[in-house]
Amino acid sequence: MEVGLNHYLALAAILFSLGLFAVVTKKNAVTVLMGVELILNAANINFVAFARFIDTDLDGQIIAVFVIVTAAAAAAVALAIVLNLYERLKSINLDEADSLAG
Amino acid sequence: MITNAILILLLPLAAFVVQISFGKRLPRKGDWLSTGAMFIALFMALSILVDAISTYESNKVLAAQTWEWFSFGSVHVTFGIVIDNLTAFMLFVVTLISALVHLYSIGYMHGDPRYSRYFAYLGLFSFSMLGLVLVDNFLGIYVFWELVGLSSYLLIGFWFEKDSASNAGKKAFITNRIGDVGMFAAIMILFSTFGTFDFDGVFAGVAAGGLSDGWLTAAGILLFFGAIGKSAQFPLHVWLPDAMEGPTPVSALIHAATMVAAGVYMVGRTFVLYSADALFFIAVIGTITAFMAATIAIVQKDIKRVLAYSTISQLGYMMVGLGTGGYTAGLMHLTTHAMFKALLFLGSGSVIHAVHSQEMDDMGGLRKKMPITFWTFLIATLALSGVPPLSGFFSKDAILASALEYGMRHSGQMWIFVIMLLSAGITAFYMFRLVYMTFFGEPADKKKYDHAHESPLTMTLPLMILAVFSIGTFSWGWFEHLISKPSLAAYGAVAAVAEHGGGHDDVAHTAHTIAMISSIVVALSGILLATTVYYWKKISAETWGSRLKPLYNLLWNKYYFDELYAATIISGTLWKSRFLAMFDLRVIDGVVNGVGRLTAGLSNVSGKVDLRVVDGLVNLVGRIVAYAGARLRTLQTGNVQSYLLMALFAVIILFVIQQF
Amino acid sequence: MDFTNIAFYIFAALTVGSAGVMVFHRNVVYSAVGLLFAFFGVAGIYVLLAADFIAIVQILIYVGGILILLLFGVMLSQKLTKVDVRTESMQLVPAVVVVGGVLAVLLLTISSTPWKLAGSLEYEPTTKAIGRLMMTEYLIPFEIASVLLLAALIGAAYIARKN
Repeated sequence: MEVGLNHYLALAAILFSLGLFAVVTKKNAVTVLMGVELILNAANINFVAFARFIDTDLDGQIIAVFVIVTAAAAAAVALAIVLNLYERLKSINLDEADSLAG
Repeated sequence: MITNAILILLLPLAAFVVQISFGKRLPRKGDWLSTGAMFIALFMALSILVDAISTYESNKVLAAQTWEWFSFGSVHVTFGIVIDNLTAFMLFVVTLISALVHLYSIGYMHGDPRYSRYFAYLGLFSFSMLGLVLVDNFLGIYVFWELVGLSSYLLIGFWFEKDSASNAGKKAFITNRIGDVGMFAAIMILFSTFGTFDFDGVFAGVAAGGLSDGWLTAAGILLFFGAIGKSAQFPLHVWLPDAMEGPTPVSALIHAATMVAAGVYMVGRTFVLYSADALFFIAVIGTITAFMAATIAIVQKDIKRVLAYSTISQLGYMMVGLGTGGYTAGLMHLTTHAMFKALLFLGSGSVIHAVHSQEMDDMGGLRKKMPITFWTFLIATLALSGVPPLSGFFSKDAILASALEYGMRHSGQMWIFVIMLLSAGITAFYMFRLVYMTFFGEPADKKKYDHAHESPLTMTLPLMILAVFSIGTFSWGWFEHLISKPSLAAYGAVAAVAEHGGGHDDVAHTAHTIAMISSIVVALSGILLATTVYYWKKISAETWGSRLKPLYNLLWNKYYFDELYAATIISGTLWKSRFLAMFDLRVIDGVVNGVGRLTAGLSNVSGKVDLRVVDGLVNLVGRIVAYAGARLRTLQTGNVQSYLLMALFAVIILFVIQQF
Repeated sequence: MDFTNIAFYIFAALTVGSAGVMVFHRNVVYSAVGLLFAFFGVAGIYVLLAADFIAIVQILIYVGGILILLLFGVMLSQKLTKVDVRTESMQLVPAVVVVGGVLAVLLLTISSTPWKLAGSLEYEPTTKAIGRLMMTEYLIPFEIASVLLLAALIGAAYIARKN
């Protein structure tokens, strides 16, 4: 079967779900962050795939570049937050960061 | 030119925004900023006016631009600016008087605790008034119409610590609203018929006969209702004298020169819309207003009230001018009147500033103390009385000629001219009464007289500038050439629509000659009578006043209009309220009390039940809630990940719902 | 099946497999290595999609930058000498249900949507064109992105320092 748009979208969906699963289940904050990166990668695959198959200019690729930039910024800030969390709780397990609890 | 016009419009708005936001923190509380903005606007308006005059073409549209404002369905509402000769004149008049009033207020309002707020309101008003004269459609004119009403309300009630001032503000606002309802209905009639708010679009529709005669007359009269309210015509004139509670420069700007003239401007702008019947209605209302207000002004003792009634009377003149087909005459009187009436108000403000009283009984002999105020005031008075060759003579004479011509062409309508002529005499009389009582004779109050002094230059300079404009800068010929009567034919009227009056035939010529001679005679006799009574004191005003006691009382109480409204509309409302209160007290309270007593008896019994059964139930419910709460609070884990999980679950549910 | 199709399946398998390792392995360091290979796989996918520039950027920034950052995060916050570099999982059952549901929703939507396919499937170098666009049409987003990075830099330094 010829590989088309749907294949790429399905791959992105699977990657997205894996990232989501990591985000929802992992206790370790760094692993959660890795899940977020997977989700962003999935979104990027979508952008680039749409840019190739539907709207054949470079706009989608440019957006992908900006997503990567944003992801880098987010990773830097998030890791800083993780380190700060570790300072306070002596742990980076998210289930211990529950001061929002009712 | 469009850029100029937009700048003229935006400068006062910018001044308003700056003043209201941080006017207090600016050096000198920002008065220089507002005043400077208005003067820049004035010079821009002047350049537009010079353009208009140098082009010298009748009713020339100098520039116009339209933007799409909003649209719903197939209806596109546009918002545009149109500058023709009329607009050029109005822009000049408004910016000139506004700039001079700004300058004057620096002296007059000096030391007021809300000094910067005052200038902010002036800016808001100037913006609204300029917008009113610039817009090219009914919706825009309605919006700015309400905005000038709002700023007028704010400025009348500027000293809201005084009950009389805040009440006057409310009265002005509510009275205007009554007229605006009519105006709104008229706009809706036009919009539902033609599907557009544009002047040109509506006029073209009328020219094509899109509206039957009856509806056209109704629309015209309803539109005029707005003018009745805003221009203080009979029977909604009652707010204007009370509006004198505002600061005097405000009275000059809003309640003499510009806003009250907005009604006249609006009628002029939409002139081709009015059917012959609607114009006759306008003329009749104008005549009644002019005569009534002039007679009331004879007996008033408050200097500003005399001027207020004079303003009402002169607005009546303008309406008569328009109503009898003297389009140019009415609008010219609007321009000239703006100059000399603003001058009169600013002059009276200067007097009030000096003696700290508005009662003419406290004044007298101020001629020597305040020479500049006196001479400029005298020029304006002569102009208002219609003495040639001052500006008021030309415009008033033109209105009288128009009324006379109307009477000559329509049998049985000569009374309009006769009453207007009589009112012209009365005008000369009461204005000279005012001058004699204020500036001549012996000082009535020695202490106040000694304290009085000429006002500072910021206040006298506007007086002198306006005095120059009150002298015959306007001569009939070129004004008529620039702003001549529009006709429906210009909008492509198919059938020959009956033109009302006008034309340069023998009738017009005769009317002009007669009107000119008679108006001079009447004005001079009015002045002579005033001089006899108040200067030579050959006739005693008191004797005649007591001899004609009932008439005097009638005038002193302003034809009992306020009392009439109090007795009918206001007391009607009060009576209804009182009836409802009574109903409340007797019937509803009775029922309530009965129920209460019954309840008290039952309560005794149920109290015991309460204690045992109900409390038990309530406690049970409480315990259930507490238990459920304890269980449910575990949902709020504080763990962001479980929140995310729930949100995702909701997404799936939404998808499922959307699928089926 | 031609070469590109085979390549797609290889890269897809690499990506999904590595991502699976990343998600399901209990050791955080193993997870990081799995993520590394997943990033490589995605870069390959970009190449197949004629996005050569993005592919290079993916390797440079993700592999060279973000992943190193993540490893630093692991090492700074966990004592490698202790064997406790494990991650535990929680709410596994609801997560499987919900994430499975989301995946089903996505796949259903993808397969049921009639995409309007268009355009040629030529392979052309994109770097020059992207550079041109960045300096013309996307100049303002480009500048804003640089400001964002600066802000993130300062913010991260501020948050991470000890009081």
